[in-house]
Amino acid sequence: MTVLIASSVIVIAVLAGVAFGPTLGARLSGRRRRRRVEPPPPPYDPGRERRAETRARELLRSVVSGEEYAMYAELGFIALDGAQRDGGYGYLLYPHRPIVAYDTETGELLNEYCVAFPDRSEPAIGQRLPGADDVLAKWMSLRAGERELISVANMHVPGRQVDPGQVRRDLIRLREWRARRVGSPA
Amino acid sequence: MKPGHGDLLLAEGDPRVAEEEERLIEEFRRQLDLGMWAAVPTADGARHEATMVRDFAEVPRDAERVVFFPPAAGG
Repeated sequence: MTVLIASSVIVIAVLAGVAFGPTLGARLSGRRRRRRVEPPPPPYDPGRERRAETRARELLRSVVSGEEYAMYAELGFIALDGAQRDGGYGYLLYPHRPIVAYDTETGELLNEYCVAFPDRSEPAIGQRLPGADDVLAKWMSLRAGERELISVANMHVPGRQVDPGQVRRDLIRLREWRARRVGSPA
Repeated sequence: MKPGHGDLLLAEGDPRVAEEEERLIEEFRRQLDLGMWAAVPTADGARHEATMVRDFAEVPRDAERVVFFPPAAGG
């Protein structure tokens, strides 16, 4: 009787090993692998983004014109003319928001171009560039190859992600800001 | 340009010096292999521009720097 029970236990153990062994082994080795590969996430640093933005602003300042940098610092966006000089259109570049195309004569909003520059190299820190870097990436991409950037972006009618009322107010702020700069002594 | 960092200096050198040029080319290729876009900012008086480059040979000899940033994706 004892021999029978013992052999039954052995048979059950062997069958269980055959049935669940590979899955269990894979799970255990996967857990070990994950433990080895994944570094611990960096501790939360509330100043990190602020320092990154400060650095990004310095880079932006060194690349764009003085007027464009002042525009970003004071208004929070950069207005850029379209590449076709007499096209009569321009873009508003906001950090982490779609590029808004508008008619430079009438102020009519034309399109929203949804585009991002995700960096997946350090998932623990996130994919978003600092705001000023995002604006600079848009600025360089539009300056260097407007068509290429627009072809990558998802185009939508105005108002999908950016409040049209806010954009119209920004265009008024921009006009007033430019008028003040023209009127102010150099 | 890096999330959480801002810009980082990857390499610097004088492309007229063979050793330094080699180091610059190596870093340039490494960044492009990582999928980054490369732009050369230029300024002619008040007019500021940027040129995208896909090969180190396209970088103007008098360029002060090349800025690498993640490629655009539809948002």
